[in-house]
Amino acid sequence: MATTTVSMTVNGKQVSAEAENRTLLVQYLRESLGMTGTHVGCDTSQCGACTVHIDGLPIKSCTILARQVDGKDVTTIEGLADGDTLHPMQEAFRENHALQCGFCTPGMVMSAIGIVERNKDSLDEKTVREELEGNFCRCTGYHNIVKAILAAHQDMAA
Amino acid sequence: MYDFNYEKATSTGEAASKLSDAEDGKFMAGGMTLLPTLKQRLANPSDVIDLGGIADLVGITVDGSSVTIGAMTPHAVVNASAEVQKAIPALAKLAGLIGDPMVRNRGTIGGSISNNDPAADYPSAVVGLGATVHTTRRQIAGDEFFTGMFETALEEDEIVTKIVFPIPEKAAYMKFPNPASRYAVVGTFVSQGPQGTRVAVTGAGPCVFRQSDMEAALGKSFASESVENIKQDDGDLNTDIHASAEYRAHLVTVMAKRAVADANG
Repeated sequence: MATTTVSMTVNGKQVSAEAENRTLLVQYLRESLGMTGTHVGCDTSQCGACTVHIDGLPIKSCTILARQVDGKDVTTIEGLADGDTLHPMQEAFRENHALQCGFCTPGMVMSAIGIVERNKDSLDEKTVREELEGNFCRCTGYHNIVKAILAAHQDMAA
Repeated sequence: MYDFNYEKATSTGEAASKLSDAEDGKFMAGGMTLLPTLKQRLANPSDVIDLGGIADLVGITVDGSSVTIGAMTPHAVVNASAEVQKAIPALAKLAGLIGDPMVRNRGTIGGSISNNDPAADYPSAVVGLGATVHTTRRQIAGDEFFTGMFETALEEDEIVTKIVFPIPEKAAYMKFPNPASRYAVVGTFVSQGPQGTRVAVTGAGPCVFRQSDMEAALGKSFASESVENIKQDDGDLNTDIHASAEYRAHLVTVMAKRAVADANG
């Protein structure tokens, strides 16, 4: 199969790797760059485990071609913490025990940051639950995830 | 996914000529339907021509009588637009009911109407508001645009550029979403304004359609009581694992009644 060099910024670093035209962004991240923090849960754009940010907006990286992202700015779960200091959303997930098996967690955290950014001024539980509709937790641990997002909203506003 | 040639166009002209050069090319807008279709190997185009680099297809303009939305404008942008929320709140609300937040960041209005999924939301707004679809070749009335299941009036190399929605006096959209996919099992868009009294139904049949009995009744009196006893014939409606034709017919009346109440609210 023919490949093309695809370049983008991932977590602030310029990266380049060969990709087929049909290579999905999530494959490019996991298989070409070895960044396995972004998970593939369903591969049918339902579960949200593969959520990353492109130019600041959460998207499902299993439903976009790497070539569509050429030249763009990508943030993955690996890019959130500052050294040993967790991002406030990661810290809130830890504090509130917002994960059980942890498989959905990278996507949940990336999606949750989008929820807080879209609702900077005020955020209630109903909105969090509605806006989590694209992320599945098959441990069904939603309750603490919602708590964590509301707590992080406070921390991120502070 | 089968492999394909990937082409990124920077203008609609370039996109159309790349499609003409391709053996069996396909335009891609946000890719929220096309990519899942390719992954399931339900399509095998020789070329995928990405419209994502055509900047002048993105944006919203509102004047005194209409809202114009560029074909490549994502649902999230329409949903969050203060101008759309003010001019046609039902349209902003509809955009926020499509898929989920990540899908709404990628999926576009032009892609949605060009694909014409029988359960898509936007076709009901295009027909329900009497919008006009502008393409690289012509203008097509909303009523003429959707021709059948996954079929539109578009020619092979014709691209939707923008959709112009006349601002109604009243409008509302009510949707009974599939609990898993959020696609409309039935969605009903009602409006009253410069394009008359309109009731457009999506999800129920193979393609969006106008409910003329309800339109006639609402034309006399725009009140939910006017539609509550009007039954939708289930003869041509869809039956699948999610809902029978009979149930969808019932939902058409329920959603219409709620939409009228919301429009009057």
